Amino acid sequence: MSNSDLVTTDYSKVIHDGLWNNNPALAQVLGLCPLLAVSGTVINSLALGVATMMVLIASNLAVSLLRLYIPNEIRIPVFVLIIAGFVTIVELLMHAYLYNLYTVLGIFVPLIVTNCAIIGRAEGFASKHSPLPSLVDGISMGLGFTGVLVALGVMREVLAQGTLFADASLMLGDWATTITLFENYDGFLLAALPPGAFIGLGFLLAFKNVIDQYMRKRRTSQVVVDIPDANTEPALSQSD
Amino acid sequence: MKPGVISRSGLLLGLAGVIVIGLVSLIYQFTHDAIEESEYQAMLQALNSIIPPDSHDNDMVNDSKILAANKELGLKKDALLYRARNEGKIFAVAFPVTAPDGYNGPINLLLAIDREGKILGARVVSHKETPGLGDRIESRRSNWSDGFQGTSLENPTDEQWKVKKDGGVFDQFTGATITPRKIVKAIHSALMFVDSNPGVFFDE
Repeated sequence: MSNSDLVTTDYSKVIHDGLWNNNPALAQVLGLCPLLAVSGTVINSLALGVATMMVLIASNLAVSLLRLYIPNEIRIPVFVLIIAGFVTIVELLMHAYLYNLYTVLGIFVPLIVTNCAIIGRAEGFASKHSPLPSLVDGISMGLGFTGVLVALGVMREVLAQGTLFADASLMLGDWATTITLFENYDGFLLAALPPGAFIGLGFLLAFKNVIDQYMRKRRTSQVVVDIPDANTEPALSQSD
Repeated sequence: MKPGVISRSGLLLGLAGVIVIGLVSLIYQFTHDAIEESEYQAMLQALNSIIPPDSHDNDMVNDSKILAANKELGLKKDALLYRARNEGKIFAVAFPVTAPDGYNGPINLLLAIDREGKILGARVVSHKETPGLGDRIESRRSNWSDGFQGTSLENPTDEQWKVKKDGGVFDQFTGATITPRKIVKAIHSALMFVDSNPGVFFDE
C-alpha cells in the first residue's frame, strides 16, 4: 500500500480541507440526497449530520486500522461492509434512544450507507493514512458536512416557518424550546419544498466560491509583491 | 490473478462479513429491550391521546388482536386492533385507518371508536401532505382533528359527512381542501365498516 505515512501529516491542512477547501457538500458536492431531503428544519439537519459524522469517524478509523491487512482487490467491498455495519449500529442506537427523531428521519438514516462522502473518505484518505490523521479527517469532514446541513436547515426553517429549533425536544429532551423569530409569520412555502433546498444549496455554493475567489485574489496580489515565482495554487477539489 | 490470491481474498472477505455481522448482532442484542420500550411508549402515547388513560383499566398496548387487511379501512397489510376494557369488558377500540388518496400519497390515521359507534378520537400518525398547508391535520399544529370527537354515523348525517365546502360539517383549510376531504371520507368509510361488522371489533 502507500507509504505516505512516512511524510508527517499536516493536520491543519486536513482540518481546513474537511471544513472548507474540500468540504464534502460544498467542494466535493457529495451526499446531496440526504442533504437536500432532510434540511427542512435545523433539528433534522443536526440529527442527520451528527449521525453521518459518527459513521464517518468510525469508518475512517476502522479502515485506517485495517488498511494494511485488506488486500487491494477486495478493499471496496470490505469498506462497504464496514460502513454498512456502522450505519446499522447508529440506526439501532437511534431507534432505541431517540425514537421520535428516528421516525422523523425515517429512511434517511439507513441511507447514510449510500452517502458517497463516506466511502470517498475511506478510499481517498483513511486507506492511505494512519489512524490519528484518519480520525482527524473523519471529524473535520463530518463537521464540514454537518455545518452545511445545519446552515441549509437554518435558512430553510427561518424562511419557511419563521422559527429556529422546532421540535428540538425530539433530539435534546424536554428542556429544549423552539425559538419563534417572527410571530404570526405566514410562512414561505417554497423554502420548505424541495426546490427551496436546491436554491438554498445553490446560494451556499455561490457564497463559498465568492469567498474563495476573494481570498485567491488577495493572495495572488501579495505573492506578486513578495515572491514572484512560487505561485502554485492547491487543488480545490479532488473528488473521483 | 492467481487462484491462490482469489481464494485468500474470498476468505478474508467472508471473515470481514462475519466480524461485521457479529458486531451488529451484539449491538442488536444490547439495544433490543430499549427499542421495544421506545415502541411501547410511542404506541402508549398515541393511544392515550385518543382514549383517556383513566377511562379504562387494562394495558391497551398489550391487548391487541390482528385486524386483517381491508379496503374499507384502507389497510393494505394486516394491522393491530387495540382494545380498551373496564373490568374485562371491551368498551372501545383503537385501530389504524389509511386515507389512500391524500394530496401527496396515503395518510395514516389512528381512530378510536366506542361500542355505540361514537368516535372518541382521531389522530394523524403519518402523512406527506404539503408543509404549511395540509400539515395542519397534525394535532400538534392545529386542533382540527379534535373535530371528529363525538361524531358518529348518525351525527352528523350521511349527507353531512363532508368538509364544509362540499356541504358538510367538517372544516377545511384555506389552500388545502383535498387533504381534509380525503380524511373525512376515510373516517366515514371506517365508521360504516365498523357499523356493519361489529363482531370484528368488539368480539373477544
